[in-house]
Amino acid sequence: MANIRIYIKQSLTYQIINAILNELKGFLETFGNIAYRFLEILKYILTFQVNIKQFIEQSSRFAVDSLPITLSIVSMTAIILAMQVAPELVKQGGKDYIGLLVSLTMVREVGVIMSGFAIISMIGSSQASELATMRVTDQIDAMKVLKVSPFKYLFVPRVLAGFVMMPFVVIISSTLGILAAGLTAMAAAKDVTWLCYITSVWQGLYVRDINIMLFKSACFGGCISLVSSSCGYDAQGGAKGVGIATTKAVVWSFVTIVIVDCIFAIAFYF
Amino acid sequence: MSITVQNLTKVFDSKKVLDNISFTVEQGEVLSIVGFSGSGKSTILKILSGLLQPDSGTIDIDNGDIAMVFQYSALFDSLNVFDNISFALQERKEFRGKYTKEELREIVKKSLNTVGLSDIEDKFPHELSGGMQKRVSLARAIVTKPQYILYDEPTAGLDPVASTVIEDYILRLRDETKATSIVVTHQMSTITRCSDKLIMLYDGHIVFRGTPSDLLKQDNPYTKQFVSASIQGPMKITASGF
Repeated sequence: MANIRIYIKQSLTYQIINAILNELKGFLETFGNIAYRFLEILKYILTFQVNIKQFIEQSSRFAVDSLPITLSIVSMTAIILAMQVAPELVKQGGKDYIGLLVSLTMVREVGVIMSGFAIISMIGSSQASELATMRVTDQIDAMKVLKVSPFKYLFVPRVLAGFVMMPFVVIISSTLGILAAGLTAMAAAKDVTWLCYITSVWQGLYVRDINIMLFKSACFGGCISLVSSSCGYDAQGGAKGVGIATTKAVVWSFVTIVIVDCIFAIAFYF
Repeated sequence: MSITVQNLTKVFDSKKVLDNISFTVEQGEVLSIVGFSGSGKSTILKILSGLLQPDSGTIDIDNGDIAMVFQYSALFDSLNVFDNISFALQERKEFRGKYTKEELREIVKKSLNTVGLSDIEDKFPHELSGGMQKRVSLARAIVTKPQYILYDEPTAGLDPVASTVIEDYILRLRDETKATSIVVTHQMSTITRCSDKLIMLYDGHIVFRGTPSDLLKQDNPYTKQFVSASIQGPMKITASGF
């Protein structure tokens, strides 16, 4: 009987199932922690217990520090889009729709999701590694012993900054992207004029879409900060633990914003 | 203001790190907890400070503030010395708004003076030496006037002179604040100079309890091995440490 047990434990199938179960357990633990921390943060925000100094500092980091990379990524994406669609649309007699297509794409999807990816790589990873370093160097334990809640001091300002500042980042980057795409369209297709492009842009912009974009980007910002901070907070070990936590934060943040994006698409456009 | 621990047990991954540990520390006393790495010393401090929950056992601590000095100082590296020391006074609910900026400056200055430092309020932790970081950590611990101070290897990584300075401050704080203190340490000088009594842990159990002079006198195989720093004795090296 004992031999059979050892045989089963050594079998590849057992080890694969075991690995899958461990992954599942890890996933549920991470998800549970994030959900619990979201509720804790909500409690502090709804009772106006926000460290204003930290909020301003985190907001500045979130918006100002991330702006160059976000502007570059979103503008480049818009330029590539215009480069590819403008000549084709002109060929098909649809030069009046270039601006519409670009603005619709930028406002509904590309501007927000690309800004989200840029923010994850720039701010999310930095938040995760900062909290992970604090965790492995006992700074978070020191905070708890000093009877200061790490949720209140570390999580609330970051999540709130993400929620408030992300819409500004998205508006600026999407606007710049639409303008850059216009210049590109003019260069890529001779028949396209600036006036024709801008008129077409306005045809594609609806207040409802802009409102959804703002709300979606606020949710993205909050989610990125929450997930990144949470993954950093759970770090274990030394330098390796910080690295693992940062990678986990980036992966989880990517997956989270894609899921949130899907929810928005189903809720508003399906 | 005493600490009474009874039948404390803590299990990590089915390994009993602490197994029915009991001890008492009276007010103003310094208890040293000694033992090899992995014997559960720091776990006791984490349980006493509320960072970990015990699996069983009782801890009786009278009302009062508990402060802890961490092994590697654990100063907040994004804050300067002033903000590190005044952190609890600025952020803790019961202190928030109680002091003006000027009063905070005065309190921080006094706290720094207690540990022999001055004019470093604007410096960041990475600009300080290891010994200075430890002293700032001490200053941060005492700023709320705690009744209990827990030291986790306060002299780890310091040169002998800096260690002596830290030991002097542990004694000074005991005399000035009358705080009840527990010091986790490996160092004989800290044990002999700072402690009123000590316990020695091995494999989750207390294998010796007494005074520092008992440690040197008694014919206990565990203490003999510890004092002589010998690998021969009842305490064995295992794959997971001692």
